Amino acid sequence: MAYSEKVVDHFNNPRNMGSFKKEEDGVGTGIVGAPECGDVMKLQIKVENDTIVDAKFKTFGCGSAIASSSLATEWLKGKTVEEAGKIKNTDIVQELNLPPVKIHCSVLAEDAIKAALADYQKKADSK
Amino acid sequence: MKFPIYLDNHSTTPMDPRVLESMLPYFTEKFGNAASRNHAFGWDAEEGVEAARKQIAKLIHADAKEIVFTSGATESNNLALKGVIEMYHEKGDHIITSSTEHRAVLDTAKALEAKRGVKVTYLPVDKFGMVNPEDVRNAITDKTILISVMFANNEIGTINPVKAIGKIAKEKGILLHCDATQGVGKVPIDVQDMGIDLMSFSAHKIYGPKGVGALYVRKKNPRVRIAAQMDGGGHERGMRSGTLPVPLIVGFGKACELCEQEMAADAARLSVMRDRLHATITKALEDVYLNGHPTERLPHNLNISFAYVEGESLLMGCKEIALSSGSACTSATLEPSYVLRALGVGAELAHSSIRFGLGRFTLDEEVDYAGKRIIETVTKLREMSPLYEMAKEGIDLKSVQWAAH
Repeated sequence: MAYSEKVVDHFNNPRNMGSFKKEEDGVGTGIVGAPECGDVMKLQIKVENDTIVDAKFKTFGCGSAIASSSLATEWLKGKTVEEAGKIKNTDIVQELNLPPVKIHCSVLAEDAIKAALADYQKKADSK
Repeated sequence: MKFPIYLDNHSTTPMDPRVLESMLPYFTEKFGNAASRNHAFGWDAEEGVEAARKQIAKLIHADAKEIVFTSGATESNNLALKGVIEMYHEKGDHIITSSTEHRAVLDTAKALEAKRGVKVTYLPVDKFGMVNPEDVRNAITDKTILISVMFANNEIGTINPVKAIGKIAKEKGILLHCDATQGVGKVPIDVQDMGIDLMSFSAHKIYGPKGVGALYVRKKNPRVRIAAQMDGGGHERGMRSGTLPVPLIVGFGKACELCEQEMAADAARLSVMRDRLHATITKALEDVYLNGHPTERLPHNLNISFAYVEGESLLMGCKEIALSSGSACTSATLEPSYVLRALGVGAELAHSSIRFGLGRFTLDEEVDYAGKRIIETVTKLREMSPLYEMAKEGIDLKSVQWAAH
């Protein structure tokens, strides 16, 4: 299968690859997927005054999964928590030109965003 | 060094230039139909076919008359299973095969189950991918008419104890079919010594042309009969109709002749290269696992799982090297390799597997380059892997509650 140029670019030059400390203030962590299924995404956001000031990812998965999560971190930065919740997997599919067999990668990225936001919210609420 | 580097020789092989040369006259001046008995064009073509038949038979210690030409090993497997069932259905309706066979055998067996009510036993394999001959013996019933076990596996290269299985088959008077697509021309195969009654193989895996294969059908002790699956002019002693693709057959013959002469040297050279590649990788990287048998394996095969790294991303990271992965993401099914799963390899490691297939034209420097690039890419992808991070933190990945999707 041939990859789109954008997938190749994200794969070769992943944006925001890395980790924040989970317990750090304002950090929300989402881990989705399963090793048996061949993909696990960890997406983290750092929120200040309701705005995502930084985002990081680590992904075990195919090139499209890596590209989807890399793109997600790019899009998350600068967005408010509310805006971030509106990112849809279909936006990722369109941006990266994912073929039908790779749509699940974009779904996983959307799930990861949601999970990170929920984790952030949970931490904020418990304060 | 020329790029991309080809290390996927289980999938197919480049044609040996000597094979191509042998074929060329049969496209142009010797273009006749081998079945034309009345003129020199037909005689020339027939001569080419019969010479090839001898070359092919010699490689596997068979008689030339026992070679039936087909379009490839998939057709040979279909012809063997369906042909035997149709011919001997009055004697029984049970087939024994193994769970790691090629799809051409497994899907044919499934089609026979569905369409003809045939009963099929799919034997498990051990952790190295090997069929236990005693399991074969225990699976035999008075309705068993065929045992079909592959010679060597296309993914992990494990070589089955075919001779021991052949002995049991003989003892019980049951036919033994062997899909030897990956073994013929790579390691010595003797259908007499091993007690094989039917054997499938093809030209393009042994530096010959694509589009031609053969089914060996034993003529004596016992005389094996199969029902043709293609009706027509009654070619190939009535077992497979259709005008013979003379140039392809001539090339197939030449390829077998070259294998007979060079197989031992090729195997010796490639196994040294393969072992060096394996050693280089295991020295540089932790948590890498060999899939398949440590010694009873094809000399040019290496199959490794790289924990915490998904196979397709690894291939993407070294895309100047042609390799294959058992990862689901390389196929449309999203299920990882059923062969690795049958060995008991966990799904996560099956997703992380890479198959290296060396070949006659593989150079030392290419293998060394591949080793270096694999190490670099695995290292890079592990840095990117949340699983590697968790493992480094001492988290047992098996204890994590994953949300399967």
